[in-house]
Amino acid sequence: MNIPVEYFLVLSTLLFFIGVFGFIVRKNLIGILMSIELVLNAVNINFVVFNRFLYPDKLEGFIYGLFVIIVAAAETAVAIAIIINVYRNMKNIDVNSIKELKN
Amino acid sequence: MDYTILLLAIPFLMFLIIGLLGYKMTPKFSGLLGSAGLAVVTALAYYTAYRYFFTEFGQAADGARETIVMFNYTWLDLSNASRPDLMIQIGMLLDPISVMMLVVITTVSMMVHIYSMGYMHGEEGFQRYYAVLSLFTFAMLGLVVATNIFQMYIFWELVGVSSFLLISFYFTKPSAVRAAKKAFIVTRFADMFFLIGILILSYYTKTFDFLKLTAVDPEAQHATLVFSTMGGKMFMGLSVTSIALLLIFLGGAGKSAMFPFHIWLPDAMEGPTPASALIHAATMVVAGVFLVARLFPVYFFEAPDVLHIIAYIGGFTSLFAAIIACTQTDIKRVLAFSTISQIAYMMVALGVSGFGGHDGLGFTASMWHLFTHAMFKATLFMAAGCIIHAVHSNEMDAMGGLRHYMKKTYYTFGIACFAIAGIFPLSGFFSKDEILVAAFEADKILYFCQTFVAGLTAFYMFRLFFRIFFYNEPKFEHTPHEAPANMWVPLCILSVFTIFSGWFPFSKWISTDLIGYDIHTVWPIAIGSTVVALIGIGTAYVLYYKKNDIPDRIANTCKSFYTWASHRFYIDEVYLFITNKIIFGGICAAIAWFDRHIIDGFMDLLGWTTNTVSEETKEIQSGSVQQYAWVFIMGVITIVTLALYL
Repeated sequence: MNIPVEYFLVLSTLLFFIGVFGFIVRKNLIGILMSIELVLNAVNINFVVFNRFLYPDKLEGFIYGLFVIIVAAAETAVAIAIIINVYRNMKNIDVNSIKELKN
Repeated sequence: MDYTILLLAIPFLMFLIIGLLGYKMTPKFSGLLGSAGLAVVTALAYYTAYRYFFTEFGQAADGARETIVMFNYTWLDLSNASRPDLMIQIGMLLDPISVMMLVVITTVSMMVHIYSMGYMHGEEGFQRYYAVLSLFTFAMLGLVVATNIFQMYIFWELVGVSSFLLISFYFTKPSAVRAAKKAFIVTRFADMFFLIGILILSYYTKTFDFLKLTAVDPEAQHATLVFSTMGGKMFMGLSVTSIALLLIFLGGAGKSAMFPFHIWLPDAMEGPTPASALIHAATMVVAGVFLVARLFPVYFFEAPDVLHIIAYIGGFTSLFAAIIACTQTDIKRVLAFSTISQIAYMMVALGVSGFGGHDGLGFTASMWHLFTHAMFKATLFMAAGCIIHAVHSNEMDAMGGLRHYMKKTYYTFGIACFAIAGIFPLSGFFSKDEILVAAFEADKILYFCQTFVAGLTAFYMFRLFFRIFFYNEPKFEHTPHEAPANMWVPLCILSVFTIFSGWFPFSKWISTDLIGYDIHTVWPIAIGSTVVALIGIGTAYVLYYKKNDIPDRIANTCKSFYTWASHRFYIDEVYLFITNKIIFGGICAAIAWFDRHIIDGFMDLLGWTTNTVSEETKEIQSGSVQQYAWVFIMGVITIVTLALYL
């Protein structure tokens, strides 16, 4: 079974733009965070796919994929902490309600 | 360098000590401290004068007086290859006129210090007064011993500041504050011309140094050395040298109260009387004369036209001030106008003077008159101070018949009056006579003018004298009494100078080319001026010895002229008109409108534009991350699309 490379690329492109769309339109902070995860994973797929198809005897793409997952995990941890704090202060997690630093 | 630096250092130290620590001293102690410091300075000045005039210290090899630079620190070095001499130095130059001035300043200042202990007794700010007196003495000494014109300018301004501080001594009195501001602004205005003159002069001669400026070319006996490079440069029909020297003279005219800068001096009498005696009669006001004398070779060789202008301004001022003095009723004002008139006399003498030997008689006479005038005018002012002290008023109407109450003041004032009127054998006779001789030899018009002024001088001085000491006694609120000893002793000392300083061989000491010569009293002129003076005294006797109605009748017959003269010819009003109506009302109003509407309007436009633009565009910075992301994504897409398909 041999899946052509275009399928992977179409999948990652779709994921990327779904993520971007979600990032722009979601009002919920958790939703925005999830959208960012989608974008990161789309990039991850690209890393892995290009490594697999273009340089099968090298490992940098996989390593980068892992690296991105680690950073994303850390980032999620921080973001969740921030969101919890926002919730404690605002009693909601709507992105438009965070206006304390404005003006 | 040796002890001479103390001449400057001690008064300055006294200023610092009394000025900074005065509030911890008792008034008496600060007065004694200042006087003691000045006594040392006076002793040093007399010692210097003795060494300079009577020992070989001041003798050059060829029998002339030597010009000695005791020390000369470079303060600001502006030299480079093309102008190796341009530097501002602070130093001490001893030559006949500066040594003479040292004696004049320290003598009068010493007497004023002693006198003030009595006169200012119990005044608030006694310590401040003594501190400023020390500052003034320091500044004046620094001015006369200046080795270069810039040092002179620095001390010139210091003198102006201390004069301001002394006039405004009673700073709670609005009239004193006004007078101080007037004096400062008028003299400062004139000093601006002085500075411009210095800059022009030093730009072309490339030096500030008096010795270099006044060095006479020994080859060609009609030129000074440094000015050869300036020859031929013209500006507005006058040579650049003439313009520079004329501007420098205007600075001197401001300090010396020459017409039309004389308006500040009568008002300066708001200060304490001893300070008036020191500053506005004896020392500071002759700074302008001293300046012209210091640069005399330059004036004579390079700008004889300016020297003529000086002579005529002097002649006019002396006549003008003498006429006004005849009509004033405030005794200090009479003395102030008399000072203006007498200083103008000195200017005339400088203006008509020649150079070298007996031709330089005017120069000698000017310095001589400076010396004698300082002595008798200080006497007059201090005596006036005693009188004011006794009757508590400056107005003549409050006085009369005081000879019964104040014997010592009466005698000293009388001696000084005879001296200023030029009666043999008092000092004024000799110095005034030499001025008239010099004027006679150079310019007949000025001679007759000055002789007439001599008569007027005798008249108004004796008007004052008879009015104060004879006349009818007014009702005194309490009986006038003689001033305390520390006030009349300085008066007596100065009277001694007034009597005898005419017999000093001034022509041996002070001359244009530093070589002594002989002068003789020219009897026809001397007798002529004496007769004129006696006529003046006689007229004053007739009019003012006893109360009568002749003065009023005379005033009524030429009423308009009298009114003009008693209002000082409305020169102050002319100044006020020019400043208030023309400068403030006309020019300044237009400039203010331009500033408010054009300059400010332009600035407002800039501000308004910035404000509006930012107000309109601030929505871009919404703070919404999602909006930013949208713009960012769109931008990336656009750029990528363009990069791919273009």
